[in-house]
Amino acid sequence: MAITGIMLMLFVLGHMLGNLQIFISADQINHYAETLQGLGNALWLIRGSLLVILLAHLGAALQVTRLNRAARPVPYQHALDYQTTTFASRTMMFTGLIIVAFVIYHILHFTVVTDANLAGIKGTHDDLNVYGMIVAGFSNTIVSLVYIVANILLGVHLTHGAKSLFQTLNLRTSENANCLENFSKGFGVLVILGNCSIPVAVLMGILS
Amino acid sequence: MNMNITLHVWRQKGPDAPGRMEIIQADDISPDMSFLEMLDLVNERLEAIDIESIAFDHDCREGICGMCSLVVNGIAHGPESATTVCQLHMRSFKDGDAVYIEPWRARAFPVIRDLIVDREAFERIQQAGGYVSINCGGSPDANAILVPKPEADTAMDAASCIGCGACVASCPNGSAMLFVAAKIGQFAHLPQGQPERFRRARRMVEQMETEGFGACTNHFECEASCPKEVPIKFISEMNRDFIKAVLKGE
Repeated sequence: MAITGIMLMLFVLGHMLGNLQIFISADQINHYAETLQGLGNALWLIRGSLLVILLAHLGAALQVTRLNRAARPVPYQHALDYQTTTFASRTMMFTGLIIVAFVIYHILHFTVVTDANLAGIKGTHDDLNVYGMIVAGFSNTIVSLVYIVANILLGVHLTHGAKSLFQTLNLRTSENANCLENFSKGFGVLVILGNCSIPVAVLMGILS
Repeated sequence: MNMNITLHVWRQKGPDAPGRMEIIQADDISPDMSFLEMLDLVNERLEAIDIESIAFDHDCREGICGMCSLVVNGIAHGPESATTVCQLHMRSFKDGDAVYIEPWRARAFPVIRDLIVDREAFERIQQAGGYVSINCGGSPDANAILVPKPEADTAMDAASCIGCGACVASCPNGSAMLFVAAKIGQFAHLPQGQPERFRRARRMVEQMETEGFGACTNHFECEASCPKEVPIKFISEMNRDFIKAVLKGE
């Protein structure tokens, strides 16, 4: 899970940095989208790899969850008084499944473009108007809220994910534990702020 | 000043009998009593009125044998850190407190009676590889095999595990990884442990899985509840050795 987790974290970071180019200029984000589309078969290779990584991550999570549920058939009558678990660590499966559902919606929304209005704005392969599509898409408050909530859950998921991977890969020591803890929280917050900034900017009229 | 405590105790007649929480009043309890002495007193009083006493595990009562095994108010070994429940004293509670006492709960630790669970699963994990094979002759010279001090200290940190099972009891997943990791780690840091190192890791991890313990998702509860404060770094070391064993085909 740690290996696939790192790959997905790097993708989330790259995806966020790519999208934040919207704050530079409309041309910049449109040009970025055209570059990605111009990759041709390589783009499909990347998409396919991401799907395989995501499925491997999800498969491992489902297997671990099944084992863990079976490991304690009779529950504690007085709930365990947790000393170190966090909201993020206890809700990994929940936040993870919501994120999967969101990813499906996000792909239909901005990649497949099932909405006829957005499809009209999209433009052609080598003259894309991604900027217009993003602004039009996020002008809908409900759509923006879905993105904001999903990305907050993604950030929460990543705080535990980042912390876990250092432990799993034997990189955590008692000396660097606090530093890694702060890094993991920082990474989660960074993803929340970065990804939510775009719908928030559209709703506030900063991007129009 | 003596205290009156309301106990909520798990009572279960046998492995297959249904269990339930029972309320038992523990009055006039001295704060200087240990938790187990309080239970002894309650049992004496129960027997005096012909009610079956509460069955619980105990042996050395000085925090080194790993027999006592109670989850007190949702915390394995109770509220004091780095303390077995036999070393927990009633001064950690207040007059009028409700105290919930339950056995370790895990599929691999079936209840035998009341608060006693069967921890044979740990024995079978040990038998799968928790040893070093040596030819016994006369006593070797002390320090014939040199061990760097930091390595010896780390091995001792792992070897301080008393095998009580609090890690399993406190883990949201019922995982035994801290126990298994400690038993692997105590040898992995010493020269004597090297010849069987990877085979040991693989066999013990596989036995752990066979016993039906859960998997680690890094909640770190085991480390917090461990009465001997065995650090979780041994879990990642165990994972590393296990992966190496699989790759080497040992």
